[in-house]
Amino acid sequence: MVRGLLLLLFVGACIVMSRSAFSSNHFKRQSKSDGLVAWQQVYSVLISPRCINCHTATNYPQQGDDRHRHFANVIRGPEGKGVPGLNCVSCHQSANADSTGVPGGHNWHLAPLSMRWQDEDDQPLSSAVVCHSLTDRTRNGGLNASGLLKHNEEEPLVLWAWNPGRRQNGAMRTLPPLTHAEFVTATRQWIDAGMPCPR
Amino acid sequence: MATYQLNVNGQRKQVDVDPSTPLLWVLREELKMTGTKYGCGISVCGACTVHLDGVATRSCVVPISLLGNRRIVTIEGIGSDPVGRIVQEAWVEKDVVQCGYCQSGQIMSACALLKANPKPTDDNIEESMGGNLCRCAAYVRIRQAIKDASKHLA
Repeated sequence: MVRGLLLLLFVGACIVMSRSAFSSNHFKRQSKSDGLVAWQQVYSVLISPRCINCHTATNYPQQGDDRHRHFANVIRGPEGKGVPGLNCVSCHQSANADSTGVPGGHNWHLAPLSMRWQDEDDQPLSSAVVCHSLTDRTRNGGLNASGLLKHNEEEPLVLWAWNPGRRQNGAMRTLPPLTHAEFVTATRQWIDAGMPCPR
Repeated sequence: MATYQLNVNGQRKQVDVDPSTPLLWVLREELKMTGTKYGCGISVCGACTVHLDGVATRSCVVPISLLGNRRIVTIEGIGSDPVGRIVQEAWVEKDVVQCGYCQSGQIMSACALLKANPKPTDDNIEESMGGNLCRCAAYVRIRQAIKDASKHLA
């Protein structure tokens, strides 16, 4: 009788553990899959002109939706802020200047080369390569997961992408493919899934 | 309209202008300081360059509302600066100017370069002066004057 009861308990425990393990694995698989979907959404924003124009692999920024080289031979400079006499802030002020079409935001500058999202032919790097550079703390400015989320939520130059002002002809600059709220949500989902990267 | 307190070449100035008015037009129209030139109005040519807290800046694209407390130095005031005086002397010595329209901006950019880098290479000069256009193509003399000024800087 006692042996039978113990056997019943043992079998029951095995079933519970088995279900629990299945559920856990199932959740992780789903979560990673969801994370990869979320990452593709994040990536679609990162390679939009408003973002990638200042994540170049070259010594110059780009401008426009066709991502042409910045006029006036503007160059990156040692700190990504241009050179004396021709700094980024020589023209780009702390806010957009719609009367002249010059975009602006706090501390306007290029992303460091370690965070380039293009190759030297100005073509966007693959989703996988960008993902790995974003998750590598030796290249992303030392940001952990919460730091990345905060960056995408609050960094003024990130926020500028959704308030890019008007061009010289008065037309609004185009926006990234997601709203900022959707971008932050996708970033959070990707982070919650363990920041998976495509192969 | 709004009232703004400015520090121009060390002097306090007050202007009443629309907040979107570019600094260039505040200097030229309100303060009658016409040494800073209008070239393109969209920061392409560099003729309107002034210094804001020492940074060479295109005054044609700086709305007065975004100026803040930054100190303004224009071509009228740069000669009071030791580097500015040396640059102006080099400009005269090399007879750089042809029509002269762009030269205010050229000198302001050259001063910003030499203050940050007293011994610039030819590449440094090209990089820093690349945003200052000269329709008379006085670029060779501009470079020579910058190098001459460099020799007089410690």
